[in-house]
Order: sequence, then structure tokens, then C-alpha cells
Amino acid sequence: MRLSWWKLTSIFLLVYAVVGGMFLPVPELPQLGETIRNLYYHVCMWFAMMILFTVSVIHSIKYLRKGDYTHDVKARSYAGVGTYMGILGYATGAIWASYTWADPNNPAYASFGSIMREPKLIGAAIALLIYGAYFILRSSINDMDQRARVSAVYNIFAYAMLFPTIWIIPRLLPSLHPGQEGNPALNFNDIDSRMRMVFYPAVIGWTLLGAWIATLKIRYTILLEKKWNNNEK
Amino acid sequence: MTNINKIKALLRKELLLETRQQHTLYGIMLYIASTVFVIYLTMESPDSETWNGLFWITQLFICINAIAKSFLQEAKGRMLYYYSITPPSVFILSKLIYNVVLMLVMSSINLLLYAAFLGSPAVSFLQFYLISLMGAAGLGLIFTMLAAIASKAMQQASLMAILGFPLIIPQLLLMIRLSKTAFAEVFREGVPLQLVMLLAALDILIVLLSVILYPFLWKD
Repeated sequence: MRLSWWKLTSIFLLVYAVVGGMFLPVPELPQLGETIRNLYYHVCMWFAMMILFTVSVIHSIKYLRKGDYTHDVKARSYAGVGTYMGILGYATGAIWASYTWADPNNPAYASFGSIMREPKLIGAAIALLIYGAYFILRSSINDMDQRARVSAVYNIFAYAMLFPTIWIIPRLLPSLHPGQEGNPALNFNDIDSRMRMVFYPAVIGWTLLGAWIATLKIRYTILLEKKWNNNEK
Repeated sequence: MTNINKIKALLRKELLLETRQQHTLYGIMLYIASTVFVIYLTMESPDSETWNGLFWITQLFICINAIAKSFLQEAKGRMLYYYSITPPSVFILSKLIYNVVLMLVMSSINLLLYAAFLGSPAVSFLQFYLISLMGAAGLGLIFTMLAAIASKAMQQASLMAILGFPLIIPQLLLMIRLSKTAFAEVFREGVPLQLVMLLAALDILIVLLSVILYPFLWKD
């Protein structure tokens, strides 16, 4: 089996991110300690999620313009993998928060109520709820053509509403999360140069892995459709 | 017929339908009255924070109930008829305008009942009234488009809530924040105006998206 260049890049970058992420030196901060290494995994999940959702919306727009069914399959698959990345982002974030934010006098889950009020977490929750609703909407329409059209419209509408949300909410609520003004990871002053050496490759690696999973799902779905169509004939 | 006249004609049709089928209108009013009454019985005298939260949640549920029917009542054949006489943007604009007006009325009734049953923590009632109207208009706009989307699927009413709640959070938070200006909370200078501008910008965004996206929904 031959792998195309970007799949090889993904494997290479992820091996580097895991090995380098664990062993390369990191700045020593009293509060974070070694948990700072989670940046390579936690933040990358959100990056990958947003990139995959963006790709999904682009395919929705393409579907509405051209009416080609494969764009609908692509929009659906990218949204699915994006949601999965978002859940992983929550999982890694929960582990991180339980060591840094949670009240050490209580069990970690007792801090859940106050942690969930974080604006960044709200933004992420909204994104996941939107795509949850997107899948429910899809499953409640039987006609294939109509399902593709209606869900594409919702995808675009919801995505366009998501951005004002991410921009507005942090300015309304106080936050412990890094990156109060704008995006934490893209700000060059926020992140140590040693960490950037691993962080940026890791973002690319995880995103490519997400795209890889999505392309497999797309091919599988299209093959399945073909099989059904042949059976009918 | 020009587009403005078409919108007028469609609005007249909505009004005519509303006066012919008065049970739906009274149904929503009764819904408001019984919701506020239940809240009145369960909460004796909520403080201003709770009052504010409850008020906006009630607005949200009224909005879902009032607007869900706007596309449900249109039978398939009738949609086909509209399709042949108006462009989609005109049709969705008339729906948006009508639902905003409906929400303004319903929100006024809601606020009146809240003030009567639960008292009003607002220092300036007029200011709070204007804020609540603005919020109602925003809710009306966003749920019109969602009703249009949900009307294509099964179990529309519950689906509308699922589709709408994540999208409505920023507006609700902005409204709750803005409402506090009427409760004599001190803000930095210019912040309330900034909030109003943000809300107005969001509303414009919703109208634009609806006009752009509705034509795709409407084909069958």
C-alpha cells in the first residue's frame, strides 16, 4: 500500500509531536509544571476541530452552488470528525483543568459548575451543540436530496452565527483561560519559542490526521451508496 | 407588482389569517399567562438577577411557540402557490417582519404580566421595556429562519428548539447583560451603547443570512 505525501507527513509530525512533546524541554511555571505539555494535544484538538468544521461549511456552500451529492457526504464526514476532535478537546481539557483549575480541597468533579462557565468552554460547547443539532436534523429528514439541502443551509447559518459568539462571549464574562483578548495560541508573546517548535507541527499533524479519517469515511460512504444503488437495479 | 407591494400583500395575508384563526393567537397569549402564573406560584419574590434570567427564558419559550407555527401552518399546496407568485427573498422578508411584530406584541404582554405578578426590579421601566422589545425582535428574527429549516423535517417543534438554543446563547447573554442597565447597575461609559450596536449588528447579520439562504430551502 502506498501512502500519499500528506498522510506520511501526518504520521511523521504526530510521531514528532508525541516524542518531542514528552521529552523536549519546556518552560517551568509554578502553577502548570509538566502539565504544560498538554498544550500540544489539547489546543491542537480545538484547532483541528475548527479547521474541519470550516472545511465542512465550505463543502456545504459548494453543495448549494453545484448540487453535487459528494459534497454533501464530505460536509457530513468533516463535521463528524470535527465533533470527535471537539470531544477529545474536552477530554484533554478536563484532565488539564483537574490538575490546574479544580479546587484541590474538593474532588475534581465538584468544581465542574464553576469551570463550565469559562467563556472558551461555552464557545466550544456551542460549537458541539450546533453540530449535534446538525446530525439530528439530518437524521430527521428522509428524502436524500432535501436532507442535503436543508442541512447545508443549517450548517452555513449556524457557522456564521458561531463566529460572533466566539468573539462576543469572552468580552462579556471573566475568564481564567489563557487568551482573554483574541486567540491564545496565535499570539506570539503568549507561547514560549521552545514550545512553538513542537506546537505548530502538532497542529498540522492532528489536522491532517482528522482529514485522513474524514477521507476514509467519505470513500466508505460513497462505496456504500454505490452498492445500494447496484442492489436496487 | 413591485417587491414592496408584494411584501405588503403578504403581510396583509398573515394578518387576515391571524384574525380568521384567532385560536392560535389566543393560544399563545394563554401560554404566556399560564407560564407567568406558574412562575409566580413557584417563586415568591425573586431578586433582580433571578427575575431577569426567568424573564428572558420565558421570552425564549414564547418565541419558540409563537413562531413555530409560522411555517407549520403553510400547507404544501399553498407553498407551491407562493412559489409561483413571489421571489423567495420577498417571502422570507415578509415572514421576518410579521414575526418581529408578533414578538413585539407578545413580549409586551409578557412584560406586563411579569410586572403585575412578580413586580419589576427595573429602576427605569421604560428603558427595560425598550430593551425587551429589542431582544424580542432579535429572537423573532433568528427563530423565523430556524422555523423555515425545521419545517422541512419531522417533529418540527422540538427540532426547532434543538437547532435554536446554541445559536441564541450570545444574544441572550447580551440581552441579560444589557437589561442590567435598567436595574441601575453601573456600567463603564459607552458599554451599553456598544452592546446595543452589537445586537443590531447580529440582527442585520441574521436578516442577510436568511435572505441569502432561504431560496435554497424553498425549492422542493
